[in-house]
Amino acid sequence: MSTLQNVSRRKFLKGMGITGSALVLGAALPGWAPVWAQSNKASELNLFVAIDADGTVSIVCHRSEMGQGIRTGLPQVVADELMADWQKVKVVQGLADERYGSQNTDGSRSVRHFYQTMREMGASARTMLEQAAANRWQVPLSEVAAKDHQVWHKPSGKHAGFGELAADAAALPAPDISALSFKSKADFVYIGKDLPIVDMHDIITGQAQYGQDMRMDNMLYASIERSPVIGANIDSLDDAEARKVPGVVKVIRMPEQNIPVGFSSLPGVAVLASNTWAAMQGRKKLNISWQQSPHGEHDSAAFQQTLNKRVQEPGRVFRSVGDAYAGLANAVQTHEAQYSMPYLIHAPMEPPAATAVFNDGEVEIWSCTQNPQSIQNTVAQVLGIEKDKVTVHVTLLGGGFGRKSKADYSVEAAILAKASGQPVKVVWSREDEIRHGYYHAISAQYFQAGVDDSGRVSSWVQRTAFPSIGWTFNGTADEPSDGELSLGFGDLPFALDNLSCETQKAEGHLRIGWVRSVSNIHHGFAIGSFVDELAAKLEKPPRQMWHELLGPDRMVDPEPEGFKYSNYGDPKETFPIDTKRLKAVLDLAADKAGIEVPQKAGEAWGISVHRSFVSYVAIATKVKVEGKKVKVLEMHCAADCGTVVNPDRVKAQMEGAMIFGLSLALMGEISVKEGAVQQSNFHDYPLLRIQQCPPMQVHLIASDAPPGGVGEPGVPPVAASLANAIYRASGKRIRHLPINKHLQV
Amino acid sequence: MIPFKLNDKNVEVDVQPDMPLLWVLRDLMGLTGTKYGCGMAQCGACTVHLDGTAVRSCTLPVSAVQGKSVTTIEGLSDDGDHPLQIAWAEHKVPQCGYCQCGQIMSAAALLSSNPKPDDTAIDNAMQGNICRCGTYPRIKAAIKSVAAKKVGGAV
Ligand code: FES
Ligand code: FES
Repeated sequence: MSTLQNVSRRKFLKGMGITGSALVLGAALPGWAPVWAQSNKASELNLFVAIDADGTVSIVCHRSEMGQGIRTGLPQVVADELMADWQKVKVVQGLADERYGSQNTDGSRSVRHFYQTMREMGASARTMLEQAAANRWQVPLSEVAAKDHQVWHKPSGKHAGFGELAADAAALPAPDISALSFKSKADFVYIGKDLPIVDMHDIITGQAQYGQDMRMDNMLYASIERSPVIGANIDSLDDAEARKVPGVVKVIRMPEQNIPVGFSSLPGVAVLASNTWAAMQGRKKLNISWQQSPHGEHDSAAFQQTLNKRVQEPGRVFRSVGDAYAGLANAVQTHEAQYSMPYLIHAPMEPPAATAVFNDGEVEIWSCTQNPQSIQNTVAQVLGIEKDKVTVHVTLLGGGFGRKSKADYSVEAAILAKASGQPVKVVWSREDEIRHGYYHAISAQYFQAGVDDSGRVSSWVQRTAFPSIGWTFNGTADEPSDGELSLGFGDLPFALDNLSCETQKAEGHLRIGWVRSVSNIHHGFAIGSFVDELAAKLEKPPRQMWHELLGPDRMVDPEPEGFKYSNYGDPKETFPIDTKRLKAVLDLAADKAGIEVPQKAGEAWGISVHRSFVSYVAIATKVKVEGKKVKVLEMHCAADCGTVVNPDRVKAQMEGAMIFGLSLALMGEISVKEGAVQQSNFHDYPLLRIQQCPPMQVHLIASDAPPGGVGEPGVPPVAASLANAIYRASGKRIRHLPINKHLQV
Repeated sequence: MIPFKLNDKNVEVDVQPDMPLLWVLRDLMGLTGTKYGCGMAQCGACTVHLDGTAVRSCTLPVSAVQGKSVTTIEGLSDDGDHPLQIAWAEHKVPQCGYCQCGQIMSAAALLSSNPKPDDTAIDNAMQGNICRCGTYPRIKAAIKSVAAKKVGGAV
């Protein structure tokens, strides 16, 4: 139902950085109804589009920008339906506000979940401007049409700019969504085009503002020493030396925390100073002894062995077809393999940072966050104030990869601002980021496949074990959740007569979180590697092996087979598991790379394909193995992400995903001894550097399917394509990542 | 007081002499285009020019720039019109952008000492700059496009 409200917009719009707007369009999600900002009840409005009398179109981006280009992508959809001139579009970053719907920018779903809403928003505003023009000229609506930031009367050629019409349009009732007309694909001028990102100039001139860049009058800089082992609070503290460091102003103990810690701050001691360096220097002088923690014994190497053993034993069956064990018993040939991957950390280039000001029971926060509403909720809870007393501004993010969905560092800033009575910026160092993260789970998988007398792989047992993200929030989960099993494991898309998907126990000892593509990382590696092992064993070309396993074109539905498949939160009718699309990307990558073309000795292609976040990606990787040294020579990515808004940004995400995948496969390892993370910076948690980066190409499949995920789906097939290439080049099968444990990279 | 030249202006700072230049620039001078990424000369996010040479400001005590000339991204060009900045925009290099000021500063120092670097020279000059988002192929292409123009005398 559309609503007309009577209003002064000034205060509300000022808060959004918009002044003097006439036409303002908002939406209440989900199933939004447009409303006009005509009332002084600004709080009832959830603003998405505003048009100034001078014709400036302000479009709110309610999702966080972390390099995926969303501050360009969503507005470009609105602008297209609105028939606006992109040069007159201003992008405004939305504050935390639940009326925007989810602002949690993870799960590769910004375009997937908001493409249609943005089109409706643009089409509504356009319709209202057209109606205003028709009324002004006393002509039928059917005779006017918007184009190039103006509304035109077709028969007479009369025209009026958006800015001239905005005030009149603002007085009209909002149109019924079901009556809106949308542009056809052929008429798109921005959707599907490579628009440069709106923040380009600011970025390349150093003007872009990230969370780490916040500065305020009277602001203190905080550096926090946190407990090295989760679950340990402070036993004793001597801060006398720290307080003597020039520039140090205050030392504040963070609140105690017990497991589960969730999004809360960790126990620790904050040193507040007049600049970052002084805070860091003061922190080094703290003398803290920590209490014992039940997790102080955790040793990742020993735990890895435990998991490797567990997956070799039958586990809890969560999806089953036929009788896999009978199938294996009757098989003419079987093959088994066990894979593992260590803990990983996000390492966004910008470590977490947040600034807070506390005044009169209200707190205002600036954070490089993927999830401003989560900050609002957690801070309100921790400080014991109402949610509407917490204002959260979203800065640009210097990378996120899932780390910045967590509210912990922003909670720290809020606590310290309240305790100190001054604005406080909490600056995480690189060491903090690596040692106090939310880790990608350490994991193990096991596979056994059986070939029947027709030579077909028809029976398959697979098991996975890894500590669950759930543990971070409840402290009790000791095996993966259905949601995590849905990430590239329980949704195995192979045509098998007999299948048993199983899970094994794995306890939590660190904060476990989601890292770009989450459990798909280890599942994609293990499954993609095992398919290649089967191909080698059965002496079939990898492409053929994949085709045989994927089977006929069909929609795979794990549900009748006993598994509650979450499908990335989307309906399976709209976003089915489509084996035809998997095979299409596989073939495209294989053809573009020329994986079957004979290579020089010591050089070879490897390939893998994976569906995640309802998109389909195949990666082909070529390596050269010389003695103990491997070099990645070239990569091709084929991706089907459905409808694409900004192809260049999709390609950039795929390039980034290939590099992210190479980093983790070649060198990624977080190890833990006596409960504490061993790594601390880029010298011992290395990331891919330019001289290790091969030339790469991305090939997008043109599709009219609804938009799929883009940020994450490129990652899962990378590690397997690389390990498979190494095997083909050298005969060496690497089942336990990272690769630098086996070869020089 | 430590005097030095910053983006062609004479400045003086009154700080602990061992404070790294990075924090002087960011926290005291408000020049936040120079980024913190690691604090131990591992990532290149903090790269500035010291008398024209690329240096990591996170490990450079401010006392070491006394009497010298420091250029940050804010002083590289008047309005983002350095040939590399133009090439960066043309090749749509940045993703999150956080590393890019450091990347551009490293590349600018490279081109001023070697106007036509080959792949190896680019790798050598740029290997200290990490981009977690993964923009290396475009960084390379952007540098090469500027180098190609230089040879033609267009720049
Ligand atoms: S911050 Fe100086 S090299 Fe990383
Ligand atoms: S663009 Fe994000 S780290 Fe380089």
